[in-house]
Amino acid sequence: MLERVDKAKKQIHNTVDALGRSVNIMEVCGTHTVAIFRSGIRSALPESVKLLSGPGCPVCVTDQGYIDTVMDLAAREDCLIATYGDMIRVPGKNGSLETMNRSNVHVVLSSDDAVQLACAHPDKTVVFVAVGFETTTPATAVAVMTAEKMDLSNFCILSAHKLVVPAMQALLSDTKNKIDAFLCPGHVSVIIGSDAYRPVVEQFSRPCVVAGFEPVQVMEGIAEICRQLADESPQVKSLYSAVVTAQGNTRAWELIEAYFEPYDGPWRGLGCIPNGTLRLKRQYKRFDALVRFGIEEIPKEEPNGCLCGQVLCGLINPPQCGLFDAVCTPDTPVGPCMVSSEGACSAWYKYGRRGKVHHD
Amino acid sequence: MCLAVPARIVELMDDRGVADAMGNRWSVRTTLLPDVQVGDIVLIHAGFAIATVDEEEARKTWELFAEIAEFQERQAPSSKEEGTV
Ligand code: SF4
Repeated sequence: MLERVDKAKKQIHNTVDALGRSVNIMEVCGTHTVAIFRSGIRSALPESVKLLSGPGCPVCVTDQGYIDTVMDLAAREDCLIATYGDMIRVPGKNGSLETMNRSNVHVVLSSDDAVQLACAHPDKTVVFVAVGFETTTPATAVAVMTAEKMDLSNFCILSAHKLVVPAMQALLSDTKNKIDAFLCPGHVSVIIGSDAYRPVVEQFSRPCVVAGFEPVQVMEGIAEICRQLADESPQVKSLYSAVVTAQGNTRAWELIEAYFEPYDGPWRGLGCIPNGTLRLKRQYKRFDALVRFGIEEIPKEEPNGCLCGQVLCGLINPPQCGLFDAVCTPDTPVGPCMVSSEGACSAWYKYGRRGKVHHD
Repeated sequence: MCLAVPARIVELMDDRGVADAMGNRWSVRTTLLPDVQVGDIVLIHAGFAIATVDEEEARKTWELFAEIAEFQERQAPSSKEEGTV
C-alpha cells in the first residue's frame, strides 16, 4: 500500500515539475472532499497541485427557491414532508425544517419509507423531498413507479434531482473557470458508468478520472490526471473498476429515463444549467408536487453575503468567504455548504481551519 | 450523500430483501439489480442495492468508512449531524 502511495506521489511530483505550471483538479463528490481532508492528501501534494471542491454535494447545489418551497409545504396542515436527513438543517426563509419543529416533517432513510408514510396517512398528502444526483434518483423513480402501481393518490415528489455531467460542462463553458481536470465521483459513476464522461473529454479536452474513496486510489487518480495533462492526452479512465463499469447500472438508467426528463433547472450559484435538472415526465405529473399544489418554480438568490455559489464553482476556497468562521459555522450555518457534512465549507471548517490536517 | 455502503443480502422476496452489514440489518429493495441473489454482497444507497461487489472490495470499504466516520467524530465531536443517506 505504502509503495503505491509513494509511487503515485513521485509520479505527481515528476509530472508537475515537467509541466512547469499549476494544476487545478476539481472533485465533484462530497465524499471525496471529506476523504481528501481525512487522509491529509493535500499536504502530500506539491504546492502547484490544487484541489477544488466542486458541486458534488446535492444539498449544496439545491437552489434556495426550492428550499423555500419545501418550507412553504411544511407549513401546510394537509401535507407531510418526507425528507432525507441531510436536508433538515438547511436554512430557508423563517428557519429550517428542523427549527420549524413541526410534527409533519419526517426523516426517511429511503424513498420507500416515503411511500409507506403515504399509505399510513391517507388523509394527508406526502411530499417527498427528492434531491440527489444519479445515485439517488433511481430510488425516487422506483417510489413513483410503486405509487403508480398502487394507485396512491396522496403521494408526490418535489424533484431537484441533478445530473453531474451537465454541471461539469457548464463549469467548463464559463470562461472564468480554472479547472484542468476532474476527479469523477465514485458512486454516481456506479449508475452512469464511466463512459458518461466522454462528452466532457471530447468537448473540452479535460481528463476525467473516476476514483474510489481509498486515499491510495485518490492519489493514483491525481497521478493519472497529472500524467494525462503532461502527455496532453485527456481521457476517461476509471480506477474504481471494482464497482464502476463503462455502462453503469443500465436498469437504474432505464428507470430514470422512464420517469424523468431533463430541463434547464436552477442550481445554487451556477444558475440554470442546460438539461442539468430532472423533472417528472408529463404522464406522471400527478405525482409532481409543483403541479399538485400549483407552485411556480422561482429561482432565488443565496442568503446575504454567502458565497456558496463561488465555492461550488471552485472560484474561491471557503475561508475566502467573509462569513466563514465568523458568522457562519456548522452550528450556525448561513449557507448549505456549511450545513451538509459533505459541503466544502463544513469540511474546511472542521478539518482544514486549524491548518493541521490529519496524517495517516 | 452519494455514498453507498456494502452489505450482504440475507433474505429476498421479489425485489424486497434484508441486508446485513457487520450485524446491522435493514430492509432494502433490489429493483435496480434484477439478478441479485441471497448471499451476494451489494452496494446500498438510500435503501436500494445499486451494484454487486466482491468480498475483498466490501471489506476494504467497510474499514474505510469506519475510519472516515471515526475521523469525522474525532474532529467535530459537538456537531449534531443527521443521518446521511
Ligand atoms: S462560509 Fe457560510 S456563508 Fe460563506 S460560502 Fe460557506 S456556507 Fe456560504
